[in-house]
Parts: sequence; structure tokens; C-alpha cells
Amino acid sequence: MVQFSLPKNSKVRVGKTWPKPEGKTIRKFQIYRWDPDTGENPRVDTYFIDMDKCGPMVLDALIKIKNEIDPTLTFRRSCREGICGSCAMNIDGINTLACIYGLDEIKGDVKIYPLPHMPVVRDLIPDLTHFYAQHASIMPWLETKTNRPEKEWRQSIEDRRKLDGLYECVMCASCSTSCPSYWWNGDRYLGPAALLHAYRWIVDSRDEATGERLDELEDPFKLYRCHTIMNCAKTCPKGLNPAKAIAEIKKMMVERIV
Amino acid sequence: MRYLTDRKRADGLGSAKSGTEHFWHMQVSAVALAILIPLFILTFGRILGAPYEDVVAYYSRPFPAIVAGLTLIVGMTHFKNGAQVMIEDYVHGFARKALVVGTVCLSYAVMATGLYALIRLAL
Repeated sequence: MVQFSLPKNSKVRVGKTWPKPEGKTIRKFQIYRWDPDTGENPRVDTYFIDMDKCGPMVLDALIKIKNEIDPTLTFRRSCREGICGSCAMNIDGINTLACIYGLDEIKGDVKIYPLPHMPVVRDLIPDLTHFYAQHASIMPWLETKTNRPEKEWRQSIEDRRKLDGLYECVMCASCSTSCPSYWWNGDRYLGPAALLHAYRWIVDSRDEATGERLDELEDPFKLYRCHTIMNCAKTCPKGLNPAKAIAEIKKMMVERIV
Repeated sequence: MRYLTDRKRADGLGSAKSGTEHFWHMQVSAVALAILIPLFILTFGRILGAPYEDVVAYYSRPFPAIVAGLTLIVGMTHFKNGAQVMIEDYVHGFARKALVVGTVCLSYAVMATGLYALIRLAL
């Protein structure tokens, strides 16, 4: 049965409150902390930052906290411009990228948690092993049977346009971890990110494994756990629409039988 | 604890190669119900609260009887398929299979009971 409450060792308790700095524009940050080495329950630590001395994005604040207040705060980050997808986390109740989410978009205290319903490695770092393995399972590469052409595989401008809104996905996992179907059946349901990538290759005019790809997806759990809840499209920090891609796959599936 | 590779865990038992028929039947029955439910409400509402003899006479006519019969069959089929999806969403393991079997039995039992009552009225 689906678990609607947290197990005892996951109940979040109140953590440490760090000293308030001097300044006129002080902002409060409440951040989820968990260290597997201590064996303690997760906690929410409170930090205060003078916004006059901080950059505009949530990631700027996190880096400032790590550099100047608490070096033990752990999170992933890399490109700082929404391309690598590393800094995905739950900010103010929304799964998004900390590097492109402005602090001015948040009213009141800033609450930061790791991506929901994933095992936590430490603090704001979720374990995305299964998520990446699911992505690998949809064969995210061009499959061809025809002999390789002398130059490139050619594609019309119209066919190339069909990949817009699909190829931009940075695999940040914001969509999949916002999907209730993925929460309850993530072991078998591929989730919006993997399915968006699957559709990206299905709809690619150069790919010659369309049938095999659809065969692999035809499953009550891998594909049909999507109930068009649309959380994926709402939360995607890149403005993509995985729900539409999944609906297109379903349309192709029906096309094969009716 | 099982020592499985990440890829093996993700692949699981592979594709069931089914699911589209279920999805398509749900779509078709949803469209059918969008037409049948208003017709059923209209026909059933017209005779609701009337004396027994009037109800029997009303359901002896083909249109209200066929609408009621179709609503029962399509409605319970839709319920069976929809409830199965819901159970698969929230329940895992043996309980999932047991509940799906229970729901299928309940759906057919309600359908049969309704049709029996309707036939008694109509014939």
C-alpha cells in the first residue's frame, strides 16, 4: 500500500538557528539537512542572509551560506545558468533549478528541500541512480538499420522542428519527482523525463527503431501510469511539456491498434 | 538486499506489450458515457417517484429500457477498468491482485443485478 506518512526515522525536526547578521534587508532561509553518518533524523536549519550582499538567485544564497556561514551544507551545482540540471531542488514548494529561480519570486521565508520522494544522499542531494537507469533504458540515441550515409543523416526543417520542446530537457528530474504516479510507482513507471526523451527519439525522422521503441513502452506501468496530472509541465524549469509528449506516445500506440 | 545492477532494476521484467487496449476502451467508454449519462438522467428523472404501474409501463418502452441497459453495461465496464487503474496506482503486492479481482467481480455483479431488475420491469 502507498505510504502516506513519513517513517519514524524520516520525520523532520527543528534544527539549528544560525545567528542573524547586521543589515537592513535580512532574509530567513529554512533548509533541509540530513547527514547519514550521524544516524539522526533530518532537521530544518534556519539561516539569515543580508540580501544587499547576496546575488539574486536561490543558488547564490546557497553558495553564500556554504562559503560564509555553514560549510557543511551540501548541494549539487555546476553551470549556474540552467543548462546542467544539477541544482534541482524543492524551493518554496516547487521543484525547480536553484540557479535560475529568483529570490524575488518567493514571498516570505525561503524554504528549501531536496527533490521529493527520492532517497536522500545528504542534505539537498537526492539519489538519482534509478532515474538515470530509466533514462538509459529508453535507448536515448539514434537507432538506424540503413547503412550509414556518406555524409550526415539528413532531416527536413519541418522534421527538425518536431524536436523543439523535447531536446532542451536537461534531465534535472524536477518533473518526475513532482509526479504522484512516479512517487507511488517509480520502480516501474518511467516518469515524465524518461518518456519525454523516449518521444524525442520516437518522433525523430532519422530514427529507424520507432516500432521497437513503442513495443518497449507498451506497458500498463512503464507508460500508462501517466494520468495527465500535468505537475510535470507546471514545474519544468525549462518550460517544457512532458505530459504532451506522453500524450503523443499514447496517440501513436492507439494508432497501431485502431 | 539484492545485488542487482541499476539497469536491471530499471528494466524489471520488461514490457508487458499490453495496456493500449485498456487505455483505448477507457476512452471509448468515456465518450459513450458522455452521451448515455445525460440520456439516462433525462429518462430516469422523468419517471422517478411515479407509481409502480407507471414505472413498469415506462420501462416496457424500448428507448428508456435500452438507455438504462446500456448505461449499466457501459458504466460498470468503465468502472471496472477505472477502478483497476486506481488500485494499481495505490496498492502494491498481493493486495493489488486481490482487489482487482474483487472489483471485477463487483462490477459484473452490479451489472447483472441491474440488468435482471431492468428485464423484470421491461418484460
